[in-house]
Amino acid sequence: MSIELRNVSKRFGEVVAVNNVSFTVREGELMALLGPSGGGKTTVLRMIAGLEMPTSGDVLIGGKRVNDVSVQQRNIGFVFQNYALFNNMTVARNIAFGLKIKKWRRADIQARIAELLELFGLQGLESRYPHQLSGGQRQRVAIARALAPKPSVLLLDEPFGAVDAKIRQELREWLVTLHHDLNVTTVFVTHDQEEAMEVANRIVIFSRGNLEQVGSPREVYEQPANEFVARFIGVMNVLEPVVKDGVARVGELEFPAPGQPDGQKLRIGFRPYAVQISSDLTQYRYRAVLRHTFFLGVLLRVELELPSGLIVRARMTKEEYAHQGLEEGCEVSFQIRQYRVLAREEAPLQPELELPYTPPPILGENI
Amino acid sequence: MAGTLRKNWRGHREASQRGTEEPPLIKWLLIGAALSFCVVFLLLPLANVFAQALAKGWAFYWKSLAHPDSRAAIRLTLTVAAISVPLNVVFGLAAAWAIAKFQFRGKSLLITLIDLPFSVSPVVAGLMFLVLFGLQGYLGEWLQDHNLRVIFALPGIVLATVFITFPFVARELIPVMEATGTEQEQAALTLGASGWQTFWHVTLPSVKWGLLYGIILCNARAMGEFGAVSVVSGHITGQTDTMPLRVEKLYNEYNAAGAFAVASLLALLALFTLAIKTFLEWRQSREFARARTAGRV
Repeated sequence: MSIELRNVSKRFGEVVAVNNVSFTVREGELMALLGPSGGGKTTVLRMIAGLEMPTSGDVLIGGKRVNDVSVQQRNIGFVFQNYALFNNMTVARNIAFGLKIKKWRRADIQARIAELLELFGLQGLESRYPHQLSGGQRQRVAIARALAPKPSVLLLDEPFGAVDAKIRQELREWLVTLHHDLNVTTVFVTHDQEEAMEVANRIVIFSRGNLEQVGSPREVYEQPANEFVARFIGVMNVLEPVVKDGVARVGELEFPAPGQPDGQKLRIGFRPYAVQISSDLTQYRYRAVLRHTFFLGVLLRVELELPSGLIVRARMTKEEYAHQGLEEGCEVSFQIRQYRVLAREEAPLQPELELPYTPPPILGENI
Repeated sequence: MAGTLRKNWRGHREASQRGTEEPPLIKWLLIGAALSFCVVFLLLPLANVFAQALAKGWAFYWKSLAHPDSRAAIRLTLTVAAISVPLNVVFGLAAAWAIAKFQFRGKSLLITLIDLPFSVSPVVAGLMFLVLFGLQGYLGEWLQDHNLRVIFALPGIVLATVFITFPFVARELIPVMEATGTEQEQAALTLGASGWQTFWHVTLPSVKWGLLYGIILCNARAMGEFGAVSVVSGHITGQTDTMPLRVEKLYNEYNAAGAFAVASLLALLALFTLAIKTFLEWRQSREFARARTAGRV
């Protein structure tokens, strides 16, 4: 079922945890609530579940207002960050709990447990206790328990927070597959932008209780609504040049600023992929020393240091790096292909501007 | 190569042990002091209780216990415990629940109040009830008019015992409940369970060892309480004498063997309590370890 929040706010005493938030999760969607900790995303999830009551505004599930519907009656499945498995019950009894409460027939419960054990690859573990399971197994039991009574929506609070990095990747892929198979409307909370980008159909980004942007991973990356989103999703170079004679300068870098008064301070932002690098020192306008190379897999990030000490972060493929014969400490030429003029953090972003150079072909992925 | 490494590692460990440990002389002195204290002040008196009880032989021992007044005292003690322990289980659960699971104003005051019976002399506690319910007390006349007896009767003894033993269950449960947190209960709610179902299937099982531990301690104190009960019972032989009061009375009547016979029952209760307590502590620490590995503490 679809979920909708209309002008929802939540205060805890003086603290505004969630400030006038509205968004819709479409039926069957896999939605991420993303933001730094303290951003209000978990509170939003708990309000959808009915574990917290909104101070104002409406929560709708399947088009019906559920503000006055208790958590027991909302028919949601909730997976807690630390799973909150019942320690005194076996895996099978954990999964059966919601079914017994809902007075399913014994045979139906047995069939449902068997079905879920198979779906979640937990066969043979049904008589184990939670403390006898690995982190990944515990999480699967928690999701199986939440899904057992066939909830209309599945809510997960930091589902990958409590497992180590290696299992996390596995679980991400597994959650995507599971969602694809079951097609139940799913909302999960995460503070990891990479996780949100990889797993979710769409992302809601929160910061300090405010909704900053809703969109697909591609939208929030390529068309960030504001500087916060731009800097939270991926890396961005941010510089503060000063205008003189219609040109904004910082160190050696120059950006056209026609009509701007002298002494005006601008904020300029550009993505690492907008920086083009060549080992041919005559190819591009600026010169820099390649200080550090960070290997991120297929892509790598390099830090360029200009003679003035300015640092510019760029991104390129491994092949391009090898092809150019680059290494740490070598001198390069570079140019900035696209940039934005930034306003304050919350203000909408200006459209991306092209610098007056012919851009060579784009190299690598946009991440 | 591996051999050298291990030797190095071991050598390092020994050095660090020598650095942190006390010299053996001090170690043995401390252990010796603790042990001899236990023997002189705990084990010898305990052994003495049984020795004195059996000083005049088994026949006299049985006769002392079978005396109608002793039997009445045993019956009364069991009755008092049977009423006050369940009451304190309910109160203790409620108080621990309130403190561990909710945030509210005056929480620390409530915690202090729970500890009050520990810090007040039992005699004072008894006097408090005497002032409240005694014939010269605030409610005395009203009770008299309605033909209700509190002081010098079972209700007074139960009241005093409930007061004295109130902290035991609550004190045991608060840390256990705080450690388990509220997530399991919330999970039960999201699965459709009512408050009562959540309590019965989730909360109670997760605190069962702590609860049993509290009950055992509460029971031991309820049966052994002297001061507060002494003030409110009135010492009516065969009617309001509990076992500890009976022990005192027999002793004052120069019936040492009889007094120790009844006392030996209380001592046995203490040993029994100690055994169960040790077992429960062991179970509970295992439960805690499990909960921790399950990522719940």
